[in-house]
Amino acid sequence: MIRVSVDTAPIALSQEVAALEERGAGAVATFTGVVRGEGGVTALELEHYPGMTEAVLCDLAEAATERWGLLGVTIVHRVGRMTPGERIVFVGTAAGHRREALDACAYLIDRLKTDAPFWKREQRGDAAAWVEARESDSAAAGRWD
Amino acid sequence: MDLLYFAWVRERIGIGHEHVDPPEAVRNVADLICWLAGRSSGHAEALREPGKLRAAIDQKFVPLDALLGNAKEVAIFPPVTGG
Repeated sequence: MIRVSVDTAPIALSQEVAALEERGAGAVATFTGVVRGEGGVTALELEHYPGMTEAVLCDLAEAATERWGLLGVTIVHRVGRMTPGERIVFVGTAAGHRREALDACAYLIDRLKTDAPFWKREQRGDAAAWVEARESDSAAAGRWD
Repeated sequence: MDLLYFAWVRERIGIGHEHVDPPEAVRNVADLICWLAGRSSGHAEALREPGKLRAAIDQKFVPLDALLGNAKEVAIFPPVTGG
């Protein structure tokens, strides 16, 4: 079962994890990304490409399901304005055993960072700046080719 | 065709979308970017360094030398930074 959501609402972590556990798999792995407050960041704004974003995330979830034989995949990405300490992304996988669940979870967050059309803008007081893409993210995504 | 702009490309151009009918000589995404740069000072500012831009045709990522063909929707944006 695949669940993909791109929403301005806060991510309900315990509900998302519980839904994966209900898939009846032996192993559930999760990744949660949290907005960092370092460097004086006071808020983060997330823009995305409606329609394409959801399609890309579904494609990634389907690819992971096929590659690792998953019983469940959940990808939830928050968009809009959020503040340090808030959850920005949740990826969860349910599989028969830990190795499949953990590898698929790492694959999904690595590929999401380079393949899904999201853009971050950091707010520092009154000043705002778009975040630049990092070469290390491309390298992390490339290891799954 | 419908054009969509995101992040600082959208901000510099000043609009998030527009409809254009490029001339036949505009064959690929790079041609389109070059042609669009002449539409306004905002377009020129946003599109002056094509190497910093990425694109999608009909919601699929493409390289800038991709042919436009019968594209209905072309999006131009900076490298993605989600997650």
